[in-house]
Amino acid sequence: MSVSTTSLKTPGLESVKKKTWLHAHKWLLLRRFSQIFILSLFLLGSVTGIWLVKGNMSSSLTLDVLSLTDPFVFIQSLLSGHIAETTAIVGALIVLGFYALVGGRVYCSWVCPINIVTDTADWFYRKLNIKSPVHFSKNNRYALLAAIAVATPVSGIMLWELVNPVTMLQRELVFSMGFSWLLVLAIFIVDAFISRRTWCGRFCPMGAFYSLLGRFSLIRVNALNRNACNDCMDCYVVCPEPQVIKPVLKKGDDLNSVILAGNCTNCGRCIDVCSEDVFSLGIRSAKFSDIAK
Amino acid sequence: MIMGRRRFLQNISRAAGGAALYGIGLGLYSQQATSLPAQSLRPPGVANESDFLSACVRCGLCVRDCPYDTLKLSKLGDDVALGTPYFDARKIPCEMCEDIPCVKACPTGALDPELTNIDDARMGLAVLIDQEACIAFQGLRCEVCFNVCPLANKAISLNRTHNQRTGKHALIVPVVHSDACTGCGKCEHACILEEAAIKVLPAKLAKGELGDHYRLGWQEKQKAGKSLVTPDLPHQYNLPEGAAYDYEGEGLIPAPKNNKKEVIDSPFNKSAIDRLNEGLK
Repeated sequence: MSVSTTSLKTPGLESVKKKTWLHAHKWLLLRRFSQIFILSLFLLGSVTGIWLVKGNMSSSLTLDVLSLTDPFVFIQSLLSGHIAETTAIVGALIVLGFYALVGGRVYCSWVCPINIVTDTADWFYRKLNIKSPVHFSKNNRYALLAAIAVATPVSGIMLWELVNPVTMLQRELVFSMGFSWLLVLAIFIVDAFISRRTWCGRFCPMGAFYSLLGRFSLIRVNALNRNACNDCMDCYVVCPEPQVIKPVLKKGDDLNSVILAGNCTNCGRCIDVCSEDVFSLGIRSAKFSDIAK
Repeated sequence: MIMGRRRFLQNISRAAGGAALYGIGLGLYSQQATSLPAQSLRPPGVANESDFLSACVRCGLCVRDCPYDTLKLSKLGDDVALGTPYFDARKIPCEMCEDIPCVKACPTGALDPELTNIDDARMGLAVLIDQEACIAFQGLRCEVCFNVCPLANKAISLNRTHNQRTGKHALIVPVVHSDACTGCGKCEHACILEEAAIKVLPAKLAKGELGDHYRLGWQEKQKAGKSLVTPDLPHQYNLPEGAAYDYEGEGLIPAPKNNKKEVIDSPFNKSAIDRLNEGLK
């Protein structure tokens, strides 16, 4: 087994050499395309006057028929004591079902515009070789989620939506920009220069909600080809939730080689940077034993 | 095992402590963040602010379907609860569309779908807030607010009173009626002053309210169909003998002979009656 050395600065060098740059950035490019495409669908109407999609990611109307509502926002509304109209209920159920199937945090890595900011921040963090002086627990986000779940019904209003940077940024991008960019800049500064992967990985309760939602999702990243792993550690460097990789790369026949942790965002960056093609995207029932025989 | 339990308890209390801190912080922030400035009005179909803040998902579909660009979404830095729709009547008032597209667009019912007649909307209440500045109160003819009012003569009527300054002209002043005013803000928008003298305010601010214990005698009398206090008796005046009031109490006449009233001993100074007696002679 050849062990190549890696650093925080240049993960995936080996993969680029072996697979070409385009292949080594396939999932990243697809995700960026998806994020920008979805955002531009909302923007198209206000720029050209042709309304394909109205509203924003909290609730939208596509082609005047398909109504979609963000389940995280919807549940907050429910908790604060409002029973929504059928339109919103159906819309929330559709989105809920979709993410329960494809992975909750697919929202984070394929839709949420904040992800572009925090991914960029992490790139800076790695290039500048910064060492976190501050460290928040990964479970912090669940504490925040729990606080919201209690404080919302107590206050009777959607508390988190008064501060939620995720819905705020995309709303102000689609409608008109207020000072949300300052908040996003703050997130960037914290993530890039103070504490690594802090917003998405440790604070965002929306991500925590989608982690729980995707806990039993069908689409999963797996390491079926883990015998080819050369321990270069590049996947750990690029993964926004590196703790999810650990269990599947442990050697051993009877271990499940599918990433089952809800925190995995299905971003596919590990697939990109792996020169040995250890990872692939598949369904959760895929077992190591399937190819190990 | 003991270490495990201690660790577990530590983690649990840390998580609970963190959650409590976040909850307190959010709760405190919300106190500030949810107060609605008086000049910011909600779209039609919002009954009360706190219910609205639990129902509105801040999607902006109402804003998109507003044909007059009246509605805006609050941005970070605005005074209105983040992301919620509002309008400023002085800038662009509500045009009171008959089909109410904003209410139709709302997916959650934050804008009440039961509102089908825009005249029933209550976005606020127009108040002629500065009579000193309103030129109608200076005796000038203006009536712009009355003329633009979509419910003229119902929501705003013109009231003619005496012009005390000149002594010979009329003041024709606008009067708002809360039972018809929708709070669309067209009056505020059209007011010709630099700063509008008529403004739409949230009804909660604009309306006075009588205490629950208060009863208006004439209303109670009408409800009961009769007087609820001692029956009205003809007034007893301390008049000199042989005199009675006439002209609805404005003048004295000799009392009718056949209807002789009982003379009550007056506690008042006799000299005043003497003077009256002299007048009758």
